[in-house]
Amino acid sequence: MSYPSDIIICEYCDSAYHRPQLARNQKATCQRCGGIIARHRMLSIDQALALSVTAALMMAVVCFVPVLFIRVQGQVHSATLLDASLALAQGPIGLMALTVAFATLTVPILQVSMMTWLFAFARKHQRAPGFRWQMRALEALRPWSMLEVFLLGALVSVVKLSGRLDVFPAVGLFALAALSMLIIGLAGRDLPLLWNDAR
Amino acid sequence: MNPPFAADLNLRLCHSCKLSCSLDQSPDSCPRCGARLHHRKPNALSRTWALMIAALVLYIPANLLPIMHTSSLYKESSPTILGSVVQLWRGGSWDIAAIIFIASIGVPVTKFLVLTLLLVTVQTRRNLASCRDRTRLFRALELIGYWSMLDVFVAGLLSALVQFGVFGVIEPRLGILFFGIVVILTMLATLSFDPRLIWDNNHDHE
Ligand SMILES: [Zn+2]
Ligand SMILES: [Zn+2]
Repeated sequence: MSYPSDIIICEYCDSAYHRPQLARNQKATCQRCGGIIARHRMLSIDQALALSVTAALMMAVVCFVPVLFIRVQGQVHSATLLDASLALAQGPIGLMALTVAFATLTVPILQVSMMTWLFAFARKHQRAPGFRWQMRALEALRPWSMLEVFLLGALVSVVKLSGRLDVFPAVGLFALAALSMLIIGLAGRDLPLLWNDAR
Repeated sequence: MNPPFAADLNLRLCHSCKLSCSLDQSPDSCPRCGARLHHRKPNALSRTWALMIAALVLYIPANLLPIMHTSSLYKESSPTILGSVVQLWRGGSWDIAAIIFIASIGVPVTKFLVLTLLLVTVQTRRNLASCRDRTRLFRALELIGYWSMLDVFVAGLLSALVQFGVFGVIEPRLGILFFGIVVILTMLATLSFDPRLIWDNNHDHE
């Protein structure tokens, strides 16, 4: 089945254009509303796969390794991403614990695992089993992935506590920084281009 | 020369995979990804109004109730959002006070104002420049939306870290629940709005 895919439509104002030929790192903007309508791919499939595997490893690190620790009078205490959700589960605000766990653990884990799966098959010039629903799920999940906000939250926490006790960033914090950049780049830019690849 | 609108070409954009779908071949669902096709997002204006008003109502308890309870050997406090900003400011951390003020008060208030502006002006006929500016405002809303979750994450992380006698204890309080719900509702409100409505009355206007 053929699609009229030589025409692209601006999602902000519904203007229609012929698909432009873009050079590397170029993007096309809508002349009516200024929105971005097309981007050239930044990465080859090999690079995208390598980066999504990296992201999956970072995700594993972030799940188990603390992001911050504090020290007072020789006593040390640390917190992971999961600990932050669990701390909210106490008391009357359990709903927020679920939301935080969803935005900082469930969504990123789904994103990195599905992206790795899809890019792995794309590298063999195949569509992965479940390609359609996973691509749609990834697009729907994208606004709810909030690791970069959590990262800023961790930095704010460091400063908030630093007057009263010793706070240190841990390995998890650096993994978190790398992971959030990778997810933004892969899920927002290169993944949607898989639709245009050969079936 | 101005580009044509999709409707003039009998095309419809798939919101999930961004395919231009021909209305002759597949009027209801996208042939590539299977998502339902809509001319415009269904009930966009009433949904956006409803979600935004709900968020606005909950923003009141979010600001009045304490967000955290801090107790140590020396003092106890349960500040509200604004209270915690003031505490930080007085304590000399004006940079962090500014970040939290922007994320927790600046961004939500901007979202309420911009959404109201878009909803009120969406059906008015204006010139091209006005349509473009309002579309830009909508894209800005999409970008800033989730940064307001900052305070919720800070509350979680601080409560997880500071749980022991020597360190003192930090616990989350009800305000953070209301605040988190406000952020989610405003994000849903932004997602429900359809910026193409801004252009609909201006098709013949250029
Ligand atoms: Zn446009
Ligand atoms: Zn589609």
